[in-house]
Amino acid sequence: MVADVIDTLADIAPGSALDTARNRRTVARQQAQASYLSLFKPASPGDFPLVERHAVAVFVAGLHGQVQAETFYGTGLSEAGGGTALKAAISMAVKAGRTEGPYGAFPKGPLSVEDKAGPLYRVAADLKAPLGPRLAAAFEHTHMLVFHPRDAAAPSLQALLDAGWSTDAVVTLSQLVAFLAFQIRVVSGLRVLATKV
Amino acid sequence: MTDKTIPQSGHVVPAVFTRDMLDWLPWLAPMPAEQMTERHLASLVDAARVKSDYFRLLARDPDVLEARTRTDKDIFYNPDAGLPRAERELAAAATSRLNGCIYCASVHARFAATYSKRVPEVEKLLAEGTGADLDKRWNAIVAASVALTATPVAFGPGHIDALRDCGLDDEAIVDVINAASFFNWANRLMLSLGEPTPAKA
Repeated sequence: MVADVIDTLADIAPGSALDTARNRRTVARQQAQASYLSLFKPASPGDFPLVERHAVAVFVAGLHGQVQAETFYGTGLSEAGGGTALKAAISMAVKAGRTEGPYGAFPKGPLSVEDKAGPLYRVAADLKAPLGPRLAAAFEHTHMLVFHPRDAAAPSLQALLDAGWSTDAVVTLSQLVAFLAFQIRVVSGLRVLATKV
Repeated sequence: MTDKTIPQSGHVVPAVFTRDMLDWLPWLAPMPAEQMTERHLASLVDAARVKSDYFRLLARDPDVLEARTRTDKDIFYNPDAGLPRAERELAAAATSRLNGCIYCASVHARFAATYSKRVPEVEKLLAEGTGADLDKRWNAIVAASVALTATPVAFGPGHIDALRDCGLDDEAIVDVINAASFFNWANRLMLSLGEPTPAKA
């Protein structure tokens, strides 16, 4: 049995006020954990290996600056076989990729006045070897999903397919990044609430 | 053999936020319904979703789809305590407005308007964005959703104080956190795997 990850990352103790408040949504709590397990401890990883899943997670947590999640998925990456060269490359990618979101463009028209400029992240040349072509493509897509998802378009997905990702694996990668955007926000929110109960 | 995206062209692209019904066009091939196993079908949770390109695309990873859907339903539909449904939908609509998900905003603005019966305020949120002045309580819920949607997350003790000042207890605040956080999940899928177009009349 894997401990509830949101409780772990938010330091929620059994019987605490937040434990009780979370239990009003017992199914959501269990299914958030089931989502984590299906993404990070899948019955079969298919063509999206566990080391890549955890590498993307460390990148997402790092871009969010959520230290508990970054440490947690870093441990998972080590357990999945991620070595020091990969970890160093992710750390460099996080440093280069940090910015503030959400930004991006709207469809041309009345909303264009709300367009907000921001960086288009591209993996640095010296990180392409330690990351490999699949993860390099995944990190570029992931940065867009984290910070400026409204800029997404079919060519972003084609870049993943061209780098060797299958359609099935792109769906799982998209779920993984999007799920982490949820999990990290719940953890951040509950950590603030815990200081006020 | 490299997979290919699906080119979508010739359709109308919605250029404003709206409560009108929208359709969604996938950029990757959904599973053909006739190729879906019992596991794939069960992952849809609602059998009618077999008609949806979005859910048949996500069914390519059935375990995470099913867990996603059951998380969603409990956060929004569980009537026990916490925040009224209308205001959970408000948090979803505000999050979608800020991220720029015109499809999700249309669905959850409709729900927020239906359950609150406050059409002018919902319309104002869609038209003006998350800075719109609604009322004290709705402003506090929208501001909390905005702070939770920022990357890095900008939610702080002041947001909790503002929510409590409007009568929200801890369970209601957990609902705000869950609802805004969940739409940071949903928006990213809807925005990055396809695009909206007006529903056929």
